[in-house]
Amino acid sequence: MTVSEMAQKLALTPVAMPDGDREVEGAYIGDLLSWVMGRAQSGNVWITIMSNLNIVAVASLADVACIVLAEGVTVDETVARTAADKDVNILSTSKTAYEVAAELAKLDV
Amino acid sequence: MNEAVRFHFVVDGEDFTSAGQASVQVKKNLRKLGISPEIIRKISIAMYEGEINMVIHADGGEADVLVYEDRIEIILTDRGPGIANIDLAMQEGFSTAPDNVRSLGFGAGMGLPNMKRYTDDMKIESTLGEGTTITMTVKL
Repeated sequence: MTVSEMAQKLALTPVAMPDGDREVEGAYIGDLLSWVMGRAQSGNVWITIMSNLNIVAVASLADVACIVLAEGVTVDETVARTAADKDVNILSTSKTAYEVAAELAKLDV
Repeated sequence: MNEAVRFHFVVDGEDFTSAGQASVQVKKNLRKLGISPEIIRKISIAMYEGEINMVIHADGGEADVLVYEDRIEIILTDRGPGIANIDLAMQEGFSTAPDNVRSLGFGAGMGLPNMKRYTDDMKIESTLGEGTTITMTVKL
């Protein structure tokens, strides 16, 4: 399943989607950035409530498929613009991290 | 490729949010050299952690990446306060980062352990009051 397809199925709001055709495989939930870089796998959906600019670099370097901002967290325009520039997909939702992960599991991600 | 391809970066200590520019550039450069995505991922994460450390603790520093035929070396040099106890600093969860850094999602005590995790060899040379040099090697 691609990031675009996932966004549609889970009714996630695109904040930046420069690479919607990227395939998603598995998910990782975490807010400590080094922990995420140490544990998340390439291609994962990274679910977080962290919203500062560093999440873009972390997502890019850890090579996750996308960031999902849970619990209604928003990012400022700089983060959205940088993500678009750096080919990092960001989606947002009012759902909790648990709800997003549970829905992804139902979809066999 | 007989001689190493070398990339040199100055890591700005002023701006925490711009940390990672060198790592992102290295990622691009290595991709152009045809290095595999998994190796690039290891190197860019290890280097990013090093960059973050230099910004948090040392007011910036310098980073050199040398690409040889059989390995890639990353050398990070700073003139920061030095690491008092390297064994302690290498333990997951140990951190001397200030609260403002923690609120950004760093300072979990995972930086140096991640650098070791993602590289095949890591050497730390540090002198209190003078600075730290970290040399990391990833085999190709």
